[in-house]
Amino acid sequence: MAQSNDSIKKILTVAFALCIVCSVIVSTAAVALRPMQMLNEELDRKTNVLRVAGLYERGIDVEAAFAEITPRVVDMRTGEYTDEFDPETFDHFQAARDPATGRTLSGGRDIAGLSRVENFATVYLVGDDPDNPEQLIVPIRGQGLWGLMRGYMAIEGDGNTIVGITYYEHSETPGLGAEVNNPRWQAQWEGKQIFADQESLTPAIRVARGTGTGEHEVDGLSGATLTANGVTNMLHFWLSPEGFGEYLAKFRAGIDPEEAQEADVELESEGA
Amino acid sequence: MADATPKSVLTAPLTKNNPIALQVLGICSALAVTTSMSVSLVMTLAVIFVCAFSNLFVSLIRRHIPSSIRIIVQMTIIASLVIVVDQVLKAFAYEMSKQLSVFVGLIITNCIIMGRAEGFAMQNTPKMSFIDGIGNGLGYGLVLMIVGFVRELFGSGSVFGFTVLQPVQDGGWYVPNGLLLLPPSAFFIIGLLIWVIRETHPEQVEENEFKMKHNTEPKEAV
Repeated sequence: MAQSNDSIKKILTVAFALCIVCSVIVSTAAVALRPMQMLNEELDRKTNVLRVAGLYERGIDVEAAFAEITPRVVDMRTGEYTDEFDPETFDHFQAARDPATGRTLSGGRDIAGLSRVENFATVYLVGDDPDNPEQLIVPIRGQGLWGLMRGYMAIEGDGNTIVGITYYEHSETPGLGAEVNNPRWQAQWEGKQIFADQESLTPAIRVARGTGTGEHEVDGLSGATLTANGVTNMLHFWLSPEGFGEYLAKFRAGIDPEEAQEADVELESEGA
Repeated sequence: MADATPKSVLTAPLTKNNPIALQVLGICSALAVTTSMSVSLVMTLAVIFVCAFSNLFVSLIRRHIPSSIRIIVQMTIIASLVIVVDQVLKAFAYEMSKQLSVFVGLIITNCIIMGRAEGFAMQNTPKMSFIDGIGNGLGYGLVLMIVGFVRELFGSGSVFGFTVLQPVQDGGWYVPNGLLLLPPSAFFIIGLLIWVIRETHPEQVEENEFKMKHNTEPKEAV
């Protein structure tokens, strides 16, 4: 060895060579495995959509089952479908950030802790006839105790009766808050009513402290009051007129959002 | 370690020189990932992999590492390996990587790996270093599996996800101990484990730093 290990030249050479070698290894792994990871994430999300609708069983072909479900993009301000976006590629986070498709929530309105929210959302319609679906699956998200929880809620075609709830991404405490994904807890949601009466636009559904009573309450999660509050808050946000309230109102009144959209188009053309 | 043989290097970290029980390193992740055994197992495999290969690579270039930047060189190697493990888990064991979440990334800061790279691989041949890495990974894993077993069995009534004690929530008789699902319970279990190991290996018991004096006799105090 001609030069000492501690000469400036040697230090720089070793540091540089090491960085090159390590960065090549890391980027190769990241790039080569990226497609598989995307596939996994997508599969996980789809599995959750199926699970919340009660269509999932162990070992079924998720892609094939998912093909039976119709995705549509809803404009949450009017509650009508829009063809502006492709439901396959619509990105909620992107839409929330973009000033053209999202809005900032201020103080008291931001009960789910989102700070920015999108005006459009992909919903999934279950049933042979998408105009008159058996179930609507709407995305929900909001702050739990430790971080953002993302999931789905499945609602019957009457826009009021809950089929199920699931979370595909959360960071709640295992054994306590993470019990939101306990099948026994989730099973309680089935058949609960979101709204107290036909006219109300404010959701009445909530996670109780302790044992839930009546058709608007489910049992609390012991040791996870803050997670349970997070669940209640995000439902109150997403099922209110800030979220899917207008859209659900159409189903509750028995108006199909598809027809409403067409009626609007007709009105516009008459006006022109 | 002049008389180190591959076998002794491999087995010493299991009980005689266990990284968690004697050196008390890597406690953070031992508290965090031991709620279930399958998660502990994946974590163990990840740590064995990272520890073995970081030791190997550090040892391979040990004669070329300038002493002034040796820590950062070791860190870079360890961090690269950890990122690779994280990416592989996300691609092939997505469910598991969701459960391990941030703790795979935190292997970087696991003192065991850094400690072995600095303490062993810098002075030993690549082959011995590699074996030492596996040994220490196994020693870490052994404690993880024991703690994971106790916590999963008594915390959720199952072993590797299979129900052994039917919990009351599912209509059984067993009332799960919620404390065991929380990180502090791992402290108790590791503490008891260290006690057991020191009973069987009395040479591990440290000398008291202070001699405890007897209480003053009451009449002397008066």
